[in-house]
Amino acid sequence: MGLGSDMYRQQILDHYKNPRNYGELEDPTFTHVGENPMCGDEIRMDVKLEDDDETIEYVAFSGDGCAISQASASMLSGELQGKSVDDLLEMDRDDVIDMLGVDISPMRVKCAVLAEKVAQDGAEIYRGELDKEKTSTED
Amino acid sequence: MSHQNLAVDVEAIRDEFPILEREFDGQQVVYLDNAATTQTPDPVVDAMSDYYRESNANVHRGIHHLSQEASEAYEVAHDRVAEFIGADGREEVVFTKNTTESENLLAYSWGLNELEPGDEVVLTEMEHHASLVTWQQIAKRTGASVEYVRVDEDGRLDMDHARELIGDDTAIVSAVHVSNTLGTINPVAELTELAHEHDALSFIDGAQAVPNQPVDVKEIGADFYAFSGHKMAGPTGIGVLYGKRELLEAMEPYLYGGGMIRKVTFEDSTWGELPWKFEPGTPPIAEAVGLHAAVDWLEEIGMERIRDHEQELARYAYEQLESEGDVEIYGPEPGADRGGLVSFNVEGVHAHDLTSILNDHTVAIRAGDHCTQPLHDKLGVAASARASFYVYNTREEVDKLVAALDDARQLFA
Repeated sequence: MGLGSDMYRQQILDHYKNPRNYGELEDPTFTHVGENPMCGDEIRMDVKLEDDDETIEYVAFSGDGCAISQASASMLSGELQGKSVDDLLEMDRDDVIDMLGVDISPMRVKCAVLAEKVAQDGAEIYRGELDKEKTSTED
Repeated sequence: MSHQNLAVDVEAIRDEFPILEREFDGQQVVYLDNAATTQTPDPVVDAMSDYYRESNANVHRGIHHLSQEASEAYEVAHDRVAEFIGADGREEVVFTKNTTESENLLAYSWGLNELEPGDEVVLTEMEHHASLVTWQQIAKRTGASVEYVRVDEDGRLDMDHARELIGDDTAIVSAVHVSNTLGTINPVAELTELAHEHDALSFIDGAQAVPNQPVDVKEIGADFYAFSGHKMAGPTGIGVLYGKRELLEAMEPYLYGGGMIRKVTFEDSTWGELPWKFEPGTPPIAEAVGLHAAVDWLEEIGMERIRDHEQELARYAYEQLESEGDVEIYGPEPGADRGGLVSFNVEGVHAHDLTSILNDHTVAIRAGDHCTQPLHDKLGVAASARASFYVYNTREEVDKLVAALDDARQLFA
């Protein structure tokens, strides 16, 4: 079997079917949305920071899309808890692919990194370093 | 075309496509992405290869033998395409890069110069972005408005709505001949007649029609008609804009440069004859040779037989998918007004996930919005999977597609 089936290992399917931290927060420190126009994936990331304004207390996500984008958001929401905003901003696509633990075929990388990009842009907007209404994987 | 009634000899045809023998992970490719691009038969590859090996030179005004040969081949390709679609000679056939460029040529040359505030451009809800985005943007620049003929629940154009929309303010009606998403074959002659009743022009996007069925532009009556080489067994890099001679004559060039002029001074220039007026710079010569060969190849099989073969496959695919129970299919039911493609979704499986899993079975289909985002919004889905057929496809390949869906169901159940 080729790349595709490797992409859908148990962990990915589990997070897709049983997403963790799914929903919207009542009092998020920041919220941001984004889309992957290629797949039609849409994701909203809500992030709650601790009082130090730096440590990530909780992350929730919501949205629709393919298994890769939704599983990635689910896993990332757990991964980020307890990390710092700087940790989040330092993540790159390889970190996301490592987190997913599967080979992502080239055409699907955008699905995989959507949640990460949305969370990062949300953090930068919160810090006043970026002005953007919506994140797109095509930007 | 003496064997019009006989079925297509698929086996013999497949022999001319070595690419269909390709294997990935030991499985032979099942190529069902023909609405995106068709494969290229040996006679077309050979014609282009022979051109480069034997006749390559730049066209227009070369005095030497090779340039004369190349020019002749390039010009004759226009004649052959004109004959194929029923145009009145090479003057009505402009070679472009693809359907999209044909559309832009018309929109920039005619639209930008002629459209005014108050004018209406009437499109359909099933337009490809090639025409939808182009007219939308040209309308913004000219102050014209854009209206869309509704698509009804069966995936057909609401012709009552078309009759309401098309009126004296309509400047042009731009409609897709065959929808690349719904498979609907639209009544383009009727739309053209409606346009003409109100002194409006008609442009037909034939990218999914010319490769798959007989098309006669004079029978349709269209003022402009466009299609691409690479969807009709020809090469990429060449498309066609058909236009009525008197209309093309009145239009300004879209691109300027060498090869399209009559006389140039430091102050001004005048334009050459049709169709060269719209083909500045070194044109796609080898591609024109390839397109010529593709037209020969298609006509040898016969466009009616190609249409019948594809419609039969589409009907079979539609029925097989429908009997699965958890498959939603878009577009009209199989019949005379449905072409050779089927777009669908499997319940609970995103189209991109589905396509990745089908790729594990070496079944090549497309997932996405197929450049019809507004139509997908209307259908209420972000994406769909699309299987599209050509003259070399078989029922067995449809069976492989349907069988592979089980894998997706098991994974996502």
